Formats: sequence, C-alpha cells, structure tokens
Amino acid sequence: MATLALRNLVKRYDKTEVLHGIDLEVADGEFVVFVGPSGCGKSTTLRMIAGLEEVTQGTIEIGGRVVNNLEPKDRDIAMVFQNYAIYPHMTVRKNIGFGLRTAKMTKLEKSARLEEVAAILDMTDLLERKPSQLSGGQRQRVAIGRAMVRDPAVFLFDEPLSNLDAQLRTQMRLEIKKLHQRVGNTIVFVTHDQVEAMTMADRIVIMKDGHIQQVGTPAEVYHSPANAFVARFIGAPSMNMLPATAKDGAISIAGGAPLDLARAPDGVLNVGVRPDDLVLTGGVPILTGRVTVQEPLGNETLIYVDAGAQAGGEVIAKADGRTPPAVGSTVTLHADPGALHLFDATTGVTIR
Amino acid sequence: MTVADSIRPTSDALLSVTAPKRPANMGQIIRWLLLFLGGVAMVMPIAYMISTSLKWPHEVYNVNLIPDEPTIENYTYVLEDGRFYHWFVNSLVIATLTTVSNILFDSLVGYTLCKFRFPGRYIIFIAILSTLMIPTEMLVIPWYLMSQQFGWLDSYWGIMFPGLMTAFGTFLMKQFFETVPDDFIEAARIDGLNELQIWWTVAMPLVKPALAALAIFVFLGNWTAFIWPLIVANSVDMYTLPVGLSSFGDEADVAWELIMTGAAISTLPTLVVFLIFQRFIIRGVVMAGLKG
Repeated sequence: MATLALRNLVKRYDKTEVLHGIDLEVADGEFVVFVGPSGCGKSTTLRMIAGLEEVTQGTIEIGGRVVNNLEPKDRDIAMVFQNYAIYPHMTVRKNIGFGLRTAKMTKLEKSARLEEVAAILDMTDLLERKPSQLSGGQRQRVAIGRAMVRDPAVFLFDEPLSNLDAQLRTQMRLEIKKLHQRVGNTIVFVTHDQVEAMTMADRIVIMKDGHIQQVGTPAEVYHSPANAFVARFIGAPSMNMLPATAKDGAISIAGGAPLDLARAPDGVLNVGVRPDDLVLTGGVPILTGRVTVQEPLGNETLIYVDAGAQAGGEVIAKADGRTPPAVGSTVTLHADPGALHLFDATTGVTIR
Repeated sequence: MTVADSIRPTSDALLSVTAPKRPANMGQIIRWLLLFLGGVAMVMPIAYMISTSLKWPHEVYNVNLIPDEPTIENYTYVLEDGRFYHWFVNSLVIATLTTVSNILFDSLVGYTLCKFRFPGRYIIFIAILSTLMIPTEMLVIPWYLMSQQFGWLDSYWGIMFPGLMTAFGTFLMKQFFETVPDDFIEAARIDGLNELQIWWTVAMPLVKPALAALAIFVFLGNWTAFIWPLIVANSVDMYTLPVGLSSFGDEADVAWELIMTGAAISTLPTLVVFLIFQRFIIRGVVMAGLKG
C-alpha cells in the first residue's frame, strides 16, 4: 500500500495540451474516483500514473518515490482495463497467474497466492475455464484477480464497469467496494458515471477539459459544489439552473417575485436547485409552470415543468408518488432558501 | 362436417400442392457457366498431369485423358531414382526453413509496425508494400550478383535468402495484429513482460489463423518456386523438386511422362496441406483484403 501524489501534471500531444497542471494527493488506502465527461483527461491521467503515457511536465510519486521515468512494471501498480484485457487463449488460472510471471516467488508460493485470490473472488471452481466460457461479471473478476494477485501498492481501474449491463454493474460496484474494504489498497478508479463515483469513492475528483474542477467526498461535491459544472454533473437528474437577479439582499428568480436571500450579491447570477429540493409544498414559492411530463419512480414522481422562457425552459421537480399533478396542470414549485445554490453568471463559480 | 370444414383446405391438401418451380434466370445460368469453365480451366492441367503420369512414352502426345494402356511404371521409376529423394529433401528443407523464418520475421516486423508509434513508421510500411509491385524477374539479377559476391551460389542459403522475409507476409501479419486490442499489450507491459515476451506470449497466440495462413502461403510458394532455384543452383544435388523434375530428359527428348509423374507426387503433400488448412488461407486472405 502507498500514497500517490500528482504534482503539476501536464500532458501535451504535439502542441495540444490536454492536461493543464493536475495536483492531487491520494492517501494510503484511499479510494479515489476520477469522474468527468468524455475528453476531460481522466483516462489520460490514469494512463500516466500507470506509465502507459509519458509525462510532459510535472511529477508522479507512488509511495514517496518519483516514478516518471520508471517502466509500468516497476511502478508497483496493477491496472484493470475497460475491456478486461484477459487473454482468450489462456485459462482463468493462467490469466490470473499471468501477473506473477515475473514475480520473484517459488512455484509453490505463486500457486498459493493464486488460490488465495481465486478464493477471495469466489472463482476457485472456474480456474480451468477459458474466458469465452465466462459471463461478463466473471470476466471482470478475472481481470481484478490478475491485478490483485500481484498485491500492488496502487490499483488502477479504467472504466471497468462500462461494458456490463445495469444490474451487473450495480453488483460489481458493490463487490469492488467490499474488496477495497477487505484488502485496503489505494485505488484510483476512472469512470464517466457519476453514480459509480458517488457510491464507491472516499473522494471524488471531478474533471473537465484537462482541469480538476473539485476534489471532495461524495457529500461535499453533492451539497457544496465548487461551480455550476460540478453542480450539474453530480446528481441525477441534474440540478436545475435558473437565471436570477439580486439586489439589496433580495433575489428575483426567472422574473418572479423578490425573495429575501442575504448571501446573494447584487447583479445577475444563476440559481441552482436540485430536483429533490424543488417540491410542490413547503419552503417558499420559486416559480410557476405547466406540467409537461411525469416520470413515476414508485414512492416519488419526477415532474417536468415548463416554466417559460425566462426560467430557461423546462425544470425538473419532485412530487409525491401517489398523487402527482396531472400532465397539463399548472403548479407552483417551492424550495427551502437554504437549498438554493448561487453561481456567478459569467464564471459559474459558486457564490457562498 | 361443418360448412367451415368443407371449405377449409386440410393440411394434407395444402402439402400436396406442388409449389411452382422458379425459372432459373439468365444471369444465374451465365454465372454457373462461367464457374464451370473456370473449374475446367483449373482442373484440366491437373487431370492431364495425372493422366500423362499413367501413360507409356509413346502415348504421351495422345490427347486422350484416359490412357489406352495405363501404367504405374513411371511412378516406380521416379521413386526408385535416388535424385528424386534428394530434390524432395532439398525442397522440404528450403520450404520449411523459409516458412519458419517468415513466421518469425514477418510477424515481428508486422507487430512492430502495428503496435509501436515511431517516426517514419508509415513511410517504412509504404516502402515495404511498394516492393510488392516489383516483379521477381526484375530482382533476379541483383539477387544473383549478391549471391555471387557473398559466395552463396549453389547453396541452401543462396536459394533461400530472397524469401526469408516477404512484404506480403509483413502486410498480412500487420493487418492481423490490428485485431489484437492494445489493452492486451498494455496489460502485459504492466505485468512486467518485455516487448519480445509480449509479442511471443500474448500477441502471437492471438493471430494463430494468420500464422497458419502465412505458413501455407510461404510453404507452397517455396515448394513450387522454379526460376530463382534454377538460376542459383548449379549442381544437380542442389536442385529443388521443380528444377530437378524439369531436368528429366534432354533437349532432344523430354521425358514428359516422368516429369508429370514427379509433379504429381510433389503435388500430393501440398494438396493435403491445403485441404487441411484451407479455412485459414481463406480467413487470411479476407483479413488482408478487408482490414486497414
């Protein structure tokens, strides 16, 4: 186990800079998830940590040792790939044991280690099978087993669940989390799925366009987003963004009646409110509109409300699952003023 | 019986109705005809080869496919002639060594061109491909001069060296290596294998069909090679099978029945190899044609 530190990490392909100075400290045994949209640089960062991409500028330290110029095999890391990267011509036993080929261990020790990992992953009965005889989840476990068998300082996961169906993904999410609790290694996990990030991470690193937008615990990034991008990226459905103007401690959302909000600075800004916080009763009235679509989720129903052009179009709110307002009806949506997030209209930075 | 039953045709009645035959259209007939002619064009030389090998010398110029007096005397003569075995062994050694060499070096170069990023990679690949457009006849003179200067004339090495690596094999292998996901290579790198180990342990087993196809192409090519071995091999002992067979007889009297007998015997192993591995050849050709 080990710490991981990225200091002013920059990556350039010819003249195009794709990572613009990433700084991050990962504690020993921490589970950190990189999340962001496609092209944000999360996989590039992971591949640089693995040694599969050269570092243009900055340093990577694993266990306090700068590894910039070390080969992947010498970095004491193991990686699980999106497509599993398990060899179709080898049995599960050989695939898992592949990670030990160059290990300085006796045959007996290697075999014992392999059996131990297979037992942890509940794969002892599958050791003689070929990958083609395994399900998607089992293949994923083989890939994890091959990484585990080396007992690396840092585990790297590159979107390992994206090829699985929804049910299996949920199951594997849980298995990886349990595995982390059991073995306690440092894990860096890359995903574009914010649900995966929220449910698995000790800390989430949210990236966009080669910059870190925010680093924090799932609760921090959800409840105290650093900017409008983080606010909208984390949470499903996304946070509603409503244009507003503020003056003398009162705020007018989407041209509506002024609402007392002392923390709002004078000027034009955006107000963010999560669908969970935008309800039919309770709090103060925020805006009025016509229900266009219902999405029943069981104990609650999401309603899409056309709040007019001034509100930026449709907003999403939460209604009771048993008695949702009918499509076409006019509703007034309320929110607790404390649940409103304020963002600078130009920079998107959170106003606290 | 109800009215409905009386007017509903029974299943037996339905089954007994003969479906009208679709008339074969003209295009299909022409296609079959062309295929038939193509088949005849390909099979006839082989049929004549076998037919001539079963004829007596006086009957060789008789165009009948079925010999008047079939004989296996020619086979006895050729198989009892010590030179035939010598040429057979020469061909076998040369074709086998060349095949092994191609499998190793074509796949190494193909793998390098496919999986490594380095300046000039594309230019090198184009340069290799462009050599496919140069006919063998044009290369024979420089090959000969090289062989003469290096003292390779009349030796296995002299016969083999032009074919130890081929542009086609490199191209074929590169195309197949494109199908090996980069994740496999990177995973092996992280697991501590060096590049040669990755090529041998991970990449090569995944392109076995291509290797089989390449092996067959190269083996058959070298087994049947004629012009270069004829030029570079001077002594009868160094002849390969095709060169040796052509030497049966002299300018005045060519022993066609013996040549055809030798050819028939030498075709047998290649036919067997082809029948066993033909699916690999087809897959190899399809891959080479479709990818990249």
